[in-house]
Amino acid sequence: MDNERGGAPATVLVNGQCRAVNTEPDTALLYVLRNHLGLKGTRFGCGLGLCGACLVLVDGQPAYSCDLPLWAVRDKEVTTVEGLGTPRLPHPVTRALIAGQAAQCGYCLSGVIIAATALLKRNPDPSDTEVRAALDGNLCRCGSHNRIVRAVLAAAAELRGEA
Amino acid sequence: MSSALPPSLAANPRLGDWLRVRPGGAAKDGSAQEGGAQEGGAQEGGAQEGGAQEGGAQEGGAEGGAAGGGFVEVWPGKVELGQGVLTALAQVAAEELDVGLGRVRMMPAVTGLSPDEGYTAGSMSVQYSGAALRLVCAEARGLYLAAAAARFGVTEDKLTVADGEFGAPDGRATSYWELADDDLLDRPATGSYPPKPVSAYRLVGTSVPRLDLPDKIAGRPRYAHDLSPDGLCYGRVVRPPARGATLTGLDTAAALALPGVLTVVRDGSFLGVVAEREEVVLLAADRLRAGAVWDRRPTLPDAADLPAFLVGAAAETTVLAETTVLAETTGSAEAGEPPAPGRVAASHEATYHRPYLAHASMGPSTATALARADASASASASGDGRASDTDGASASSGATGNRDQGGGQDGPRLRVWSHTQGVYQLRAELARALRLAPGDITVAHVAGAGCYGHNGADDAALDAALLALAVPGRPVQVVWSRADELGWAPFGAAAVVRLAADTDPAGDVLSWRHEIWGNGHSTRPGSNPAGPAALLAAEHRAGGADIEPAAEPPLARGGGAGRNAVPPYAFPAYQVVNHRLLEMPLRVSALRSLGAFLNVFAAESFLDELAAAAGRDPVEYRLSGLADPRARAVVEAAARRSSWADWTPAESAGHGIGFARYKNSAAYCAVVAEVTAVTEVRVRRLTIAVDAGLIVNPDGAANQVEGGAIQAVSWTLKEQVRFDRYGVTSDTWETYPILRFSEVPAVDVELLPGGGHPALGIGETAQGPVAAAIGNAVYDALGVRVRTLPLTEENVVAAMEA
Repeated sequence: MDNERGGAPATVLVNGQCRAVNTEPDTALLYVLRNHLGLKGTRFGCGLGLCGACLVLVDGQPAYSCDLPLWAVRDKEVTTVEGLGTPRLPHPVTRALIAGQAAQCGYCLSGVIIAATALLKRNPDPSDTEVRAALDGNLCRCGSHNRIVRAVLAAAAELRGEA
Repeated sequence: MSSALPPSLAANPRLGDWLRVRPGGAAKDGSAQEGGAQEGGAQEGGAQEGGAQEGGAQEGGAEGGAAGGGFVEVWPGKVELGQGVLTALAQVAAEELDVGLGRVRMMPAVTGLSPDEGYTAGSMSVQYSGAALRLVCAEARGLYLAAAAARFGVTEDKLTVADGEFGAPDGRATSYWELADDDLLDRPATGSYPPKPVSAYRLVGTSVPRLDLPDKIAGRPRYAHDLSPDGLCYGRVVRPPARGATLTGLDTAAALALPGVLTVVRDGSFLGVVAEREEVVLLAADRLRAGAVWDRRPTLPDAADLPAFLVGAAAETTVLAETTVLAETTGSAEAGEPPAPGRVAASHEATYHRPYLAHASMGPSTATALARADASASASASGDGRASDTDGASASSGATGNRDQGGGQDGPRLRVWSHTQGVYQLRAELARALRLAPGDITVAHVAGAGCYGHNGADDAALDAALLALAVPGRPVQVVWSRADELGWAPFGAAAVVRLAADTDPAGDVLSWRHEIWGNGHSTRPGSNPAGPAALLAAEHRAGGADIEPAAEPPLARGGGAGRNAVPPYAFPAYQVVNHRLLEMPLRVSALRSLGAFLNVFAAESFLDELAAAAGRDPVEYRLSGLADPRARAVVEAAARRSSWADWTPAESAGHGIGFARYKNSAAYCAVVAEVTAVTEVRVRRLTIAVDAGLIVNPDGAANQVEGGAIQAVSWTLKEQVRFDRYGVTSDTWETYPILRFSEVPAVDVELLPGGGHPALGIGETAQGPVAAAIGNAVYDALGVRVRTLPLTEENVVAAMEA
């Protein structure tokens, strides 16, 4: 970014790449991703880790990037929604959400994708109830919940090779 | 002829304002779409980089679109709010033009370029914008068909039209793209080209996937929050610590000492800061807050007795509706008169209440603004800081070095990118607040998170404008905090409804009275052109005045507090009275369905009380009073689909029904709710039947209905703005909880066949019936009538003990 003013050099490992940024160590990871690295898929929702819009994977575990300081991910691997699949070949969860038209405004969905991806990694065959429990930290205001749950179950089936 | 045109087309009759044929570049790939957007207008800005801005606003064609040829730009005045309206309107346009959906580019609403179709609100977009586009596109097709026929020397009826190509019997062919000529559409619509009959539709009525969702789901930049023009800096506003608090002292030193803080803006009690980096501006805002001294005073009513405040406050009382003609369906005495005393077997009365509700968008309100580099700050707050001592000047030139020198000497003085529901209305209000001419301002729409009505979007635009005017040449992005979004955005109005009815020996209603106490529902920009500017920062600036309470729009336009207060049943006599509050302790404005949410909850609950008192089945009781066959059909469908008649009573379980025709003029909706309740209510299943006439996109419509229903479950069970005498205290997701995944019921939506009827607005139709169905199901489960929303454990227990 050309608008660095102050800050200090640091590096962060995001989506398999080591990236240099210029900011204070206590800057929330969310702003590093969105502004310093241009990864806008991770979204600001509340700044308090209460809505899930800002979820990323840190060493494979879901973490709220809005209240996670940069220093806390030193030597860890951060994965954002942009790191899951490509425009040409979206991640199965992303694909299932699109196929199921499981959104209205869409703002909460990158966080949902992160949470669902983490769920399917530890539980490849979740029940409807288990999907809901895993997504309980993700708020959706449009009422797309049931479509999202169906899409996650469809993605799970695909990942298991059943679809 | 123009008297026959739909209203927004009559107001914006030039065909070329709605539609432009563009040769070339139709290949369906990202770059072609971006190209289309760039020559559009959102890009007006200088605030462009990457795909966010155009992507955010423009919806490209569908998958696998045209290879070669051209495309059509469609410029509706309506905006995408997450409801899928641009996809539905693209279907309408492609249908009438006979082009593939892949050739349609939906352009963002931008002042000066798009037709002014007013607000995107009130479940009216498909109904009205769809009607306008249908005529525009039918006429455009006719004009191009005539041009093709002239070229080939044949009559029009000899030509075929397929995916934009006009074929002659001898094999010759031309196309919109080959004939593209802006002069052809440089004429007013006549409305004399008949659109296709419904029976000929191939795209309308099909579940085309949303055009905007792949990018939004995959995390590509599509939102106003994602705009990142060169030279972007970040602004934050420090709100007062209480309603009505005034700023009496300020120490800016600590904030200004941070690296890259560009300026502090103070204007009366409006306080903001701009910095190069977002992490810095957040810290600077905290320091500014710590350095601010405020004079606080209690201005809010006692939250513990909100109904008493609402009923007791100064109000203007109006009879919104009453029976004035013979009630033919019952053959009773002249309506409006009290029923003959001998026939009245029982009199009933009950009072219902809803609290203030928050829009509670997932994405806090945001706006980006850019003041022309030579724009004086006279219109704005005065900057109280200093330019960055690093290289602010070169950053400024960076902002203007993009496409059209947005920050330079050309173009409007102020450009604003906003997720507003009405670009023209916002522009006019910004102009009033800033004492600029509307022509000095451009407002371009970029998608936000779902708003469900008038949230902080417009307020954020003035915030950004005030800060941008203090750093001319630099685009400034303001994003509200979660606390400000839940605490300072307008709320849905709290209200009280009292119902009274006299019934005959069979339990049928002889007379019905519906009385409402509460604020008017819309303080949107433009709703009060004679009053102070209806934007939050305008209240707080020096010399600012409180936004005034809303007026009550006429029922013919859907009403506000009175929306859906007129009973849909064939009651011999009824009266609807509104007590419009003349003070507004908490700013309220339009929230999805306005007064219909409480009116339908109250009326349909009360109807159930009457049915129960008469020992009659709620479905049968409703059907006995409904004359409109379409109304009867949705009630019957919801009952049938939910197996109403086969319900097996069980401990702590209940079912209930609610019905309304939204605004008494839009879609019909009946809902059956199944709940379990001891003291905590859980909704297990909703069965919903809707008749919305012609449905352009069935999957999109079902998605809207289900989403609205789930949101209504959340309002009904959980939501309540909490406040003390000074301010709102429910300003986090912990203090303003909404429904979570594990609490969401199964939802089954049946869309009844349209039966050849025109499209009816659908986006808000479920809100009231869902609340009523849940309340009635709770009564069925517990035998207790809970008349105070939300149906929390606290309110259920209170009703039990009453």
